[in-house]
Amino acid sequence: MAREPTPPQTVGPFFHGSMLRQSRTRIAPDDAVGERIRIDGRVLDGEGRPVTDALVEVWQADVAAGDADRAGDDVGPDGSAGLGRSGTDREGRYRFETVRPGRVLASDGSLEAPHLEVFVFARGLLDRLATRIYFEDDDPAGIDPFLHAVPQERRATLIATRDEEGRYHHDLVLQGASETVFFDA
Amino acid sequence: MRRGDDPSFPPFSFPEYRSTRLRAPSMPLLPPPRSVWEQMGPGPGLAAEIAPDADLTRNAGGAGTAIGERIIVTGTVIDEAGDPVPRALIEIWQANAAGRYVHDEDRHDAPLDPNFTGIGTCVTDASGIYRFVTVRPGAYPWGNHPNAWRPAHVHLSIFGPAYSDRLVTQMYFPGDPLQELDPIFNSVPDPAARRRLVARYAHDVTEPGVALGFRFDVGLAGVAATRSERPSDGA
Repeated sequence: MAREPTPPQTVGPFFHGSMLRQSRTRIAPDDAVGERIRIDGRVLDGEGRPVTDALVEVWQADVAAGDADRAGDDVGPDGSAGLGRSGTDREGRYRFETVRPGRVLASDGSLEAPHLEVFVFARGLLDRLATRIYFEDDDPAGIDPFLHAVPQERRATLIATRDEEGRYHHDLVLQGASETVFFDA
Repeated sequence: MRRGDDPSFPPFSFPEYRSTRLRAPSMPLLPPPRSVWEQMGPGPGLAAEIAPDADLTRNAGGAGTAIGERIIVTGTVIDEAGDPVPRALIEIWQANAAGRYVHDEDRHDAPLDPNFTGIGTCVTDASGIYRFVTVRPGAYPWGNHPNAWRPAHVHLSIFGPAYSDRLVTQMYFPGDPLQELDPIFNSVPDPAARRRLVARYAHDVTEPGVALGFRFDVGLAGVAATRSERPSDGA
């Protein structure tokens, strides 16, 4: 930890003009290498109600993420920063369009399953909430060292499902029985 | 655990701040995944693509300047080793001098200022220093409890070099009696850490005849101390 870290404080309800000044729901440039994917979902509170003033921030690697000789700061798809940002709408819904991320090296040298790194910010959240979104058709629980360590009954809260049209869906549940797995990160 | 055991970090559940009651996770947070990429992040790429816009007294697009007490807010962003962080991206937003945000959901009956949006962006220089010119924000009422008022504050969002050092916080002003009544400020357990949320008046930053100076240094938590292990360094 920082010897003297600055404490976090809630993002509050009025971040939109600053944090969403530029649209960042389309993460990968049009010409980025990889399979184009769309994902959406709702942010829900402890009573299952939509959280309409959340900010979902995601970061992803490009398709070549796992290459051992990878270097440089531009880690997102095709030289982009790889950052996505979406406010939530009246249904509590966020949405992103991007390319499927590659597999990143875990600290033990194995390859993680493709995923988005996620931070959720909102009024009522005193710090950012960290989680990940994996994709069901990658069989992430079978190949990902981190997901394998998550109790089996909670793994589904980290995995987006795919509908018949190929779109991914994934709700982020802040509190309750079906609560999303969050990390102390 | 990295954040949960450090009294610099507020708990998610803090019932005095009413909005936490249905939004704070009820289950324990899991230890984080350890990827070699946690020591990288989108910050440097974002910092390179964003145009600085750091004078909030004259960035509203009109010919006029913002109403209020002009201030300079500056400081150094440091990592957990105490080293300055160059190329950190800082986004800020704040209420105007009357305590009103430019936002559809702000219902406070206080005037908007056509020459103030309350939004700014800058990137730290090679010494890790940032600098904004703005006006001192007003306090404003909110619905948390009877006669609740937020102390004057500026919101800051900061991207350092690593994904794990991501920080969103609020800067407060010295001598504000509303701080000790504010559950958001008081959610930070350690009193010394709370004081780090309060800017210091800095007469050496004050510009004669122009603006009062405040210094607010930012300490990023995360994994920057092991930055030499980043694969991109090729070491």
